[in-house]
Parts: sequence; C-alpha cells; structure tokens
Amino acid sequence: MPEPLLQIAGLNAHYRDFQALYGLDMTVAAGEVLAIIGANGAGKTTFMRSISGLIANGSGQVKYQGRDISGLRADEVAALGIALVPEGRQLFRSLSVEENLIIGGQTGRKGPWNLAAVFALFPILKERRAVPATSLSGGQQQMVAIGRALMANPDLILFDEISLGLAPIIIRDIYAALPGIIGEGMSAMIVEQDISKALSVSDRLYCLQEGRISLEGASGAVSRADISRAYFGME
Amino acid sequence: MTMEWVNAIVQGTLLGGLYALFAAGLSLIFGVMRLVNIAHGDLIVMAAYLGLTVVSVLGIHPLLALVLVVPLMAGFGYVLQRAVLNRTLGDDLLPPLLVTFGLSVILQNGLLEVYSADPQKINAGVLETASVSVAGLSLGVLPLLTFAVALAVIWGLQWVFYHTALGRAFRAVSDNQDIAQLMGLNRRHIFGLAMALALGVTAIAGILLGIRTSFDPSIGGGRLIFGFEAVIIGGLGNLWGTLAGGVILGVAQTIGAKIDPGWQLLAGHIAFLVILAIRPNGLFPRISA
Ligand SMILES: Nc1ncnc2c1ncn2[C@@H]1O[C@H](COP(=O)(O)OP(=O)(O)O)[C@@H](O)[C@H]1O
Ligand SMILES: [Mg+2]
Repeated sequence: MPEPLLQIAGLNAHYRDFQALYGLDMTVAAGEVLAIIGANGAGKTTFMRSISGLIANGSGQVKYQGRDISGLRADEVAALGIALVPEGRQLFRSLSVEENLIIGGQTGRKGPWNLAAVFALFPILKERRAVPATSLSGGQQQMVAIGRALMANPDLILFDEISLGLAPIIIRDIYAALPGIIGEGMSAMIVEQDISKALSVSDRLYCLQEGRISLEGASGAVSRADISRAYFGME
Repeated sequence: MTMEWVNAIVQGTLLGGLYALFAAGLSLIFGVMRLVNIAHGDLIVMAAYLGLTVVSVLGIHPLLALVLVVPLMAGFGYVLQRAVLNRTLGDDLLPPLLVTFGLSVILQNGLLEVYSADPQKINAGVLETASVSVAGLSLGVLPLLTFAVALAVIWGLQWVFYHTALGRAFRAVSDNQDIAQLMGLNRRHIFGLAMALALGVTAIAGILLGIRTSFDPSIGGGRLIFGFEAVIIGGLGNLWGTLAGGVILGVAQTIGAKIDPGWQLLAGHIAFLVILAIRPNGLFPRISA
C-alpha cells in the first residue's frame, strides 16, 4: 500500500481545560475525497483547524506526505499544500474579491489554479472582482472562499461546512463545480450537514461524535441506520 | 489684523504636518496589530538623538543623515517587534500597554545615560532660518518642507497599503490573523515589517523635530500625546484623517498661542476634547467595507 497523503494518529485537541478531540485516527490517500459528518459541537471544525495548524497538536499526531506537521504553524502547513475553506467563509473584509483571491496564492505554489482559472470556474467573480468581498451574497462569498483556497494549488483541500447557510440553487452550483476541482487529483475533506450530499460526493465517510470517530466506512456501503446511530449516539 | 490670524492658521497647518508625522507610525501600528505603543514618543526622541550622533560624527547635513537613521530605526523596529512586542500580543490589551510603557522608561533612562539631560539641537544651517514670502506671509522653509514631507509620507503609506503585496498582507492580518496565517502569511514577520515601516517614519519625524526645536530625553511623552490626539481626531485607521487631525491640532495650538502664549498646549487639548465629545470615533473613521 502506498504512503497515505495524510495520516492522523491519536489526535487530541484542547481548548484550555476542555478536550474537544479524543485520539482520532484517520488516513487520506492521494486523490481521495472524504466526507466528515457529525452533529453541532462534535469537533469537525476543531479537527480541520488542527490539520491546518491553527491548533497546535502533540508530536506525531498529524503526518502529511510522510512528514510530521503537528507542530508547524498554519503558514508553514499552507506552504506544504493544505488549504482550508473555513466555516462561515471568513473573507478579508478590507480586500476586494480579486485581492482575496490573490492573497490565496501567497504561498507561491505552482499548479493549474490561478486567477484566470478561478474566474473560469466562477465567472460571476470576474464581473465583481473589484468590489469589497464582503459586499457579495453568501453564495458568491463561498465561491471566493473556495477560489482563495484553490489559488494555493493545494494537494489537500478542507471544506468546513461547504453549504451551510446557502440557498439551494447556490448549493447546486457549488456541487456542480466540485468535480472540476477535486478531479484534478487533489484530495479533499468535506464537512457537510446534508448526509445524502456528503455520501454522493465522497469515497469514504467519517462520523464524529463528541470528539470521537463514531463511524467510518466506504460511502457506498454504510447504511442509513448506522449513520443515524453514529450521528446521534446510541438510543 | 486679519493677516495675523491668517498667519496663525497657516503656521498651525504647517506645524500639523509635524504632528501628522508623529502620528502616522502610531496609526499604522494600531491599524495593523491593535497595539497602542506608549513608547512611540520616546522612539521619536531616540531617532532625533541618532540623527544628532550621525550628523556630528560624519559631519553631514541632517537631511542626508536620514539615509542612515531611517534604516537603523526600521531595523530596530523589526527586531523590537520580533523579540519583544510579538510576545505580548493576544486577546488581552494590557500586556502590550505595560511592556511599551516599560520600554518608554528604559529608552528615557538610556538616552539620559548616553546623552545627559542637557537640551540638544540638530544643526541644519540655513535651512533653519530660511523663509519665503507668499502673499504677504513669511513662511519658513523648514515648516514648508516638513509639511511637504508629511504629505509625501502619508501618500506613500497609503500607496503601500492599497497597491502593494505588503499592504495587502497588512490589511489581511489586520482583518483576521488566523485566516491570514492560513494564506501562508506569518503574522509575526508581517508585524515586524509594520513596526519597521512605522519606525522608519518615526526617524523622519525625529530628525525634523530635532532641527525645529531643542530636545532632551524627557520630551517623548508630549510627542506621544500630540501624535495620539492627531490619530484620534482624524479617526482610527485613516491615514489622511491623521493628517487632518495633525493640522487641526496645529492650528488650534497656534491660534491659542496667538490669544495668549500660555494657551498653546491647552488650546490643542481643548480642540481634541471638543472633537472627541462631538465625534467619539474621530472625524473620518475608517469606513468598513
Ligand atoms: N474557541 C473555543 N473555545 C472553547 N471551546 C470551543 C472553542 N471552539 C469550539 N469549542 C468546543 O469544542 C467542541 C467542538 O467544537 P467544533 O469543533 O466547533 O464542532 P463542530 O464544528 O463539529 O460543530 C464544542 O464542544 C465546542 O463548544
Ligand atoms: Mg463547525
């Protein structure tokens, strides 16, 4: 078996005294798409912040391309090719749409994604390139957040709540764009509330519950009953 | 009679240029990293002394000394930020206040030790006394130059902020430090660069101050207050507003001094308080996108 792109082993995360993640184990192969589901407060965001380096972890807990990245800062992790589309978009409000995208390419990593490619994927952003990013609609802001992450030409892209708070028609557009993004051989991890969407877009699925993995399996093989048990807990 | 008032207003405006230079660095640092630098005035004085030393050792004109003092202060700013100030930044506003207050004390005592308490002045030859006559007013070349430099510095900072990759990084880090970090920006380095830029401007302010008036190690606090008032009057985070704030402060002072020489400083503080009472966010607060 080839070396996995990302290997999580015994990952713990804390907010001061409060432990949010308990000994998570997970692997992501190159080109693989994982769905992460779980109730509010299960630890999905904490998990993604840990991988991206925004939360420090104990040594050996996060390995990427065979290298221990648990202790690296977020900017160092970004330079290695992990990008995050954060929950709630979190665009830079002092920057225009175009500047938000350009700053995504700050790491200088080479690859297929550049301003022209992002504008080809989301043409509306080209029209609105000069306006402040936070003046866009929620859906357009999500496009900027995705484009900003792509500009880094990552090998692994993390989507936290990819469709939360967006209108159904926008969600459809974003899912329509996804194959064009992760079809490039990029690996992805997608946090999604809509379980059928999560299953349809992913190869494998993990369910988190109160900071622990309560279910994992191939997206085509897990049953609805298993998922609801893992999601809400026994009984 | 009216000519005297016009003169007071014009002189005050030019003086405002110097205050804007005191304030620009404060404004920049607060804008990028929400740090209120209590030692800012002492850093201005330190730059004036550095200028004095360079001028006397090398025997060059003080304006030429800027070529050395600006990079020296900028380098000091970068190291200060990385080695000391970055460690104090966080959710709590108190640690940076305490540490920069401590720095202020250290700088004053250090300058006292090295240069003594005797007032000093930087000698700039004819530049100090030269004047030109415009529409019946006699304007000093030095105040005019100072004002022109202030305009150029504010314009330059504004350009850096809105038209360069560095300025983009400053704005991004100011908006959201975590997300900026995810973009591959190391905020500790970006903060260091912001402090370097701020102290580069401080170097210019210090040398112009040292040519204009005599100085000693204790005057930093007063310069901090002027800079602080100019920033607040103009509105936080707006550099052109900071220039306007400096001018308003300068004009209030010269008009106050014209009514009664003892009222110069008081008139400035009153103008500050009145504006703060009417517009608590200053005249031109940053319009958020
Ligand atoms: N900044 C924080 N400080 C303290 N506790 C936090 C913080 N952020 C999240 N938590 C807690 O950590 C747990 C996991 O949160 P989170 O990772 O945001 O869950 P999810 O993304 O699955 O909704 C929750 O119990 C939440 O209350
Ligand atoms: Mg979350």
